[in-house]
Amino acid sequence: MESLSGRKKVLEQKPMNFWERMYLPAIFRGMAITFMHMFKKKETIYYPEKEREFSENWRGMHSLKRDEQGRERCTACGLCALSCPAEAITMIAAEREKGEEHLYREEKYAAVYEINMLRCIFCGLCEEACPKEAIYLDGPIVPADYLRKDFIYGKDKLVEQPITELEALKAAQD
Amino acid sequence: MEAAFLIEKILLVVVLFVITLTIAAYSTWAERKVAAWMQDRVGPNRAGIFGLLQPLADGGKMFFKEEIIPSGANKWLFIAGPSLALLTSFLGSAVIPFGQSIELFGKTVPLQVTDINVGILYIFGVVSLGVYGIMIGGWASNNKYSLMGAIRGASQNISYEIAMGLSIIALLLVTNTLSFKELAEQQHSWHWNIIYQPLGFLIFLVCAFAETNRVPFDLPECETELIGGYNTEYSAFKMGAYMFAEYINMFVSSAVMVTLYFGGYNYPFMDQVNALLGPTWGPLVGVSVMFLKIILFIFFFMWVRWTVPRFRYDQLMDLGWKVLIPLAIANIVITAIVITVVDKL
Amino acid sequence: MSLFYLVAFLSILFSLLVIFTKNPVYSVLYLIATFFTFTIHYILLNAQFLAIVNFIVYMGAIMVLFLFVLMLMNLNKDTEPMKSNLLKIAGVIAGGTLLVTLVSSIKALQTSAVATTTNSQIGLVGNLGKVLFREFLLPFEISSILLLSAMVGAVLLAKKDKRTQNG
Repeated sequence: MESLSGRKKVLEQKPMNFWERMYLPAIFRGMAITFMHMFKKKETIYYPEKEREFSENWRGMHSLKRDEQGRERCTACGLCALSCPAEAITMIAAEREKGEEHLYREEKYAAVYEINMLRCIFCGLCEEACPKEAIYLDGPIVPADYLRKDFIYGKDKLVEQPITELEALKAAQD
Repeated sequence: MEAAFLIEKILLVVVLFVITLTIAAYSTWAERKVAAWMQDRVGPNRAGIFGLLQPLADGGKMFFKEEIIPSGANKWLFIAGPSLALLTSFLGSAVIPFGQSIELFGKTVPLQVTDINVGILYIFGVVSLGVYGIMIGGWASNNKYSLMGAIRGASQNISYEIAMGLSIIALLLVTNTLSFKELAEQQHSWHWNIIYQPLGFLIFLVCAFAETNRVPFDLPECETELIGGYNTEYSAFKMGAYMFAEYINMFVSSAVMVTLYFGGYNYPFMDQVNALLGPTWGPLVGVSVMFLKIILFIFFFMWVRWTVPRFRYDQLMDLGWKVLIPLAIANIVITAIVITVVDKL
Repeated sequence: MSLFYLVAFLSILFSLLVIFTKNPVYSVLYLIATFFTFTIHYILLNAQFLAIVNFIVYMGAIMVLFLFVLMLMNLNKDTEPMKSNLLKIAGVIAGGTLLVTLVSSIKALQTSAVATTTNSQIGLVGNLGKVLFREFLLPFEISSILLLSAMVGAVLLAKKDKRTQNG
């Protein structure tokens, strides 16, 4: 029958000739190939010491961003939690008190912000849903752990370090 | 005299035992290294430099893992299986000469545990006994995959033993002896048997792969079909015993092949070297040559393992019964004719 | 001599165990042990070649096949055939006659002095081969023809019948 796509190829299986039936030439050729591979460059990257460069659209661990003055951007609107297909994000909102303006940009902020890294599928929908550009998946690989509860990351692990602290760190390093 | 003899033999046995264990342990390391190199990887490199402490780490792991004996298993036979496999794998090395007689402390010491006049048949018997470890272990596990593995192992070993025996008979026509010592002495310097028996060697090699259950003949353990075959139910050190038995078998069969076909401890210009180095150091060079050859053969086993895919079961049986056995018989006939013609001339 | 008695005791013990164990696989394993003691007997008798052949052929090949078949059949209590009283009586009668025959034949036998082999090299491969191929050439060849015919028969049985295959 004529194939509809016109791309069908009919492969003819010829009976093997004597040398092919002997197996041995094919085996020797294969062994030559594997032997040559022993002297090729190894592809291994020694992981903990050396890290492979991530691609540009790599999505890793989440980070909650701060603005130029070091204030948390998140306003606890809950859009990220709503958009999350894996339902990995939960948060508790709180109102900003007087004297906390240097900590939180908006009048409402997330007092508790938790992402369950075992549920997260790193789809990046939270990133897209966020109206305040507060959450980005620009971190490294989420490390392994022993207990399930340790995979629920709170603000202590998610929020970016404050700029002042970063500067202090840099100064200390210099 | 009697006591001295006993001590000498016991020392030899202990040394051989330690060497065998060491080589088997480092074969596991080498296997992983060779596999890695052939797949453009680096292999174990974290335990010690070049991962040289890996066998120790593996051994420790095997020792301290939990031992599980399945409730439906036959307890005594379940333990007897791996023990028997390990025992029979060690037996073979007793008759292999690892070097010429060496002069130590004013005494001539033969580097062979015992020279029995039916040495080749002894090796053959030990090899045929090796299948019991697999069979008993596989049956006692009370698991259908294990049983399938055991049955495959048994039928495969019996089938390939025949071709192996026939290929040895052709060799015996050339050498006229069953003793390993005489066999090694006959192949002085470069007169290796491989020159006279290339086809016999090829048949023996294929059968050795089948008898040691190595790829491409590893159907008894066959991970993809039988999830480990006869060692499906085994854990911890009993599993380790099976693995060790496989590597010791590899070492012994390499040693047998080297002695039968590749001149054993002989190498070209050995007389000049011996004359130069004297009766103590000269034979030691021979011993190292022997071990070099053995290691090359072990490397060959691994090289094949990481190149050739596994046979299908009917292909295995076809190869054994329809190809190797007729070839071996033809080899015997040709060898006999050539020997008669050469004798007449 | 004490070694002989030890090995003889072991072989009798193992052969009794072959009969008395209930599990057929155990029976086969004890039979393997029995054959192993026979191998030791051959070595004690200076027949190295026979010993090693017994080792290879009986322990290494035939018993593997026995074990193979038993493992495939997976015998247990359910598959055991019915033991009717008639069978038991028949068994007793057959065993009794065998016993009577054995006892009478042993009684009829004249015991001779223990044969001692003066030549310790008699059991070596070369000597055995010379005896087999010179003095006993005809019986040797005839027995090989017997084995060959058995082999041909086995191949014939295992071959597929063309008619049933097509039809």
